[in-house]
Amino acid sequence: MTATVEAPAPHEPRPAAPGFRTPRKDAAALARAGAWARRAPLLPALIFVIAVTQVPFVITIIVSFISWNSLYPNDVAFGGLANYVNVFTDANMRMSVLTTIVLTVVVVLVSLVLGLVVALLLDRQFVGRGIVRTIMIAPFLVVPVAAALVWKHALFNPEYGLFNGALTWFFGLFGADAPQPDWITNNPLMAVEAALIWQWTPFMMLILLAGLQSRPLDVIEAAKVDGASTWQVFRFMTLPHMRRYLELAALLGSIYIVQNFDAVFTITSGGLGTANLPYTIYQQFFQAHDYGAASAAGVIVVIGTIAIATFALRSVSSLLKEENR
Amino acid sequence: MSAPTTTTAPATPPGATTTGDGRRRVRPTRASSAPGVSAGRTGGGRARGALLGLIAWVVGLLFFAPVAWMVLTSLHSEPSAATNPPSLFAPLTLDGYANFFGSNSGASPWPPLINSASASIVSTLLVLCLALPAAYALSIRPVKKWSDVMFFFLSTKMLPMVAGLLPIYLIAKQVGALDSVGLLIVLYTSMNLPIAVWMLRSFLSEIPVEILEAAALDGASLLSIFRRVIVPISGPGLAATALICFIFSWNELLFASVLTGTQAITAPVFLTGFVTSQGLFLAKVCAAAVAVSFPVLVAGFAAQDKLVQGLSLGAVK
Repeated sequence: MTATVEAPAPHEPRPAAPGFRTPRKDAAALARAGAWARRAPLLPALIFVIAVTQVPFVITIIVSFISWNSLYPNDVAFGGLANYVNVFTDANMRMSVLTTIVLTVVVVLVSLVLGLVVALLLDRQFVGRGIVRTIMIAPFLVVPVAAALVWKHALFNPEYGLFNGALTWFFGLFGADAPQPDWITNNPLMAVEAALIWQWTPFMMLILLAGLQSRPLDVIEAAKVDGASTWQVFRFMTLPHMRRYLELAALLGSIYIVQNFDAVFTITSGGLGTANLPYTIYQQFFQAHDYGAASAAGVIVVIGTIAIATFALRSVSSLLKEENR
Repeated sequence: MSAPTTTTAPATPPGATTTGDGRRRVRPTRASSAPGVSAGRTGGGRARGALLGLIAWVVGLLFFAPVAWMVLTSLHSEPSAATNPPSLFAPLTLDGYANFFGSNSGASPWPPLINSASASIVSTLLVLCLALPAAYALSIRPVKKWSDVMFFFLSTKMLPMVAGLLPIYLIAKQVGALDSVGLLIVLYTSMNLPIAVWMLRSFLSEIPVEILEAAALDGASLLSIFRRVIVPISGPGLAATALICFIFSWNELLFASVLTGTQAITAPVFLTGFVTSQGLFLAKVCAAAVAVSFPVLVAGFAAQDKLVQGLSLGAVK
């Protein structure tokens, strides 16, 4: 006797999962109960996230319409759009929006390119490949504050940092005096960018390397047999395959770097034009104590991020389509 | 006699995976991944291959240099740590660590380290407990609008945390939860839940439907299915998720510095005390950086593949 197992006809509801006792009612009630049974496991996480992220955000929106400076607690009043006008006319705030954009774009692009180069190098077999891959991960694993501290004091410091020390040693070989620039004071934003690029290149590299290693090699071999050059293989076969991974890496990197606080706080304390949005908002809360203005800035940041994210999420949707069940 | 129809998929060759639309994709094994493609088989190709390998080593060492310098400096005495040009071969000493852990100056770092550990571990466990059922509800028996829910989770990650900082501060102040590890646990859990849900969903969707159906046919309850089928099969995925959540919780600075005072400060907050330089202290700062990064370094090195899976939200296996 052969046993046949047939898939249920499409218009029938799937049988309920074991463990959920559904009463023998009509099909609609069965379907409703089934839908709730599916939703139930999702609810704890969903409710938790909504409670801890959305509720505070709603409060932020409310506070942004109030003119409230905690140093003058008796002057709390409904301020209408005054806080928002303040944000747009405040040169500091505009500066910090620009700084955030510049910082994010530079760090993401440079670390993406560097990560791709290193991933291409690591995609091949060579002596000690595993070791190189392991030590390449190290920058990403150092706690960001710790890494920023090391960059500020042990590398950038003009008197005893490694960079100037290396310059002294190098020029000393020729008996000349070495230039000893003050890296942070001369190029503050680039100093912060350098530290961030150093930390995030391994992140990009890991994702892109995994992408490279999932290429269908039989097709590439066929192309090479047909006479395609290395550059042609790279441009017409590798890059299109990598597009998904490049988008994913850039999206994830942007999400984290836009919100970066540790490096700016540690290396320059937001001075010398390196204050990005998280740092500026932090300043407004805890130094200027102007809760209304800081909340308005926060709301604007969120709106801007949503605008960019909606566009970016379209690329992520390709990730979801492939795993559709 | 009619041929029996079955629901099992046609046998796939070893190493092959099926993508969502049924295409079969052969994933190359590691051994076959590089030599035949990039390195040529001629002598010139071998020389080029060796050169590229050398370049890879140089780049790797360049990236590792700051970390190596950090560890080396932490093992030097203060005067020899601050020389210009740098003295690479100065005698090694544990003075920096003694200064950092000892009580001769300032507070002991043990309470912050313990706070960090407890906040990270407990929040990671909590995240796993919440995210696993949610991932189940988004992959194995999906709710209708599962992709919308996924977008929602990801969008909460995109909202800069600073935007919600003030209300959380005010609410915590009212409730009296400021300066407590419990508050940090709650915040870190919500911070990591979106990532965990994304990752676990991707790992759970890899479980073959046939196994789940077989278990259901055998009469297993839902809890039993979780315990005996889902958790063992997606074990590596769970580990990857836990690792990433632990790392992000341990590293977090902004909320910790704003919402804690004296009792509950975490290791990164403790490090911010070193931001301004005071005299000869380079070895101590490097020792501090190494000590605070140590758990994350060990965890990350021990589980590199898990790290890749985690970083790509499970999209890359």
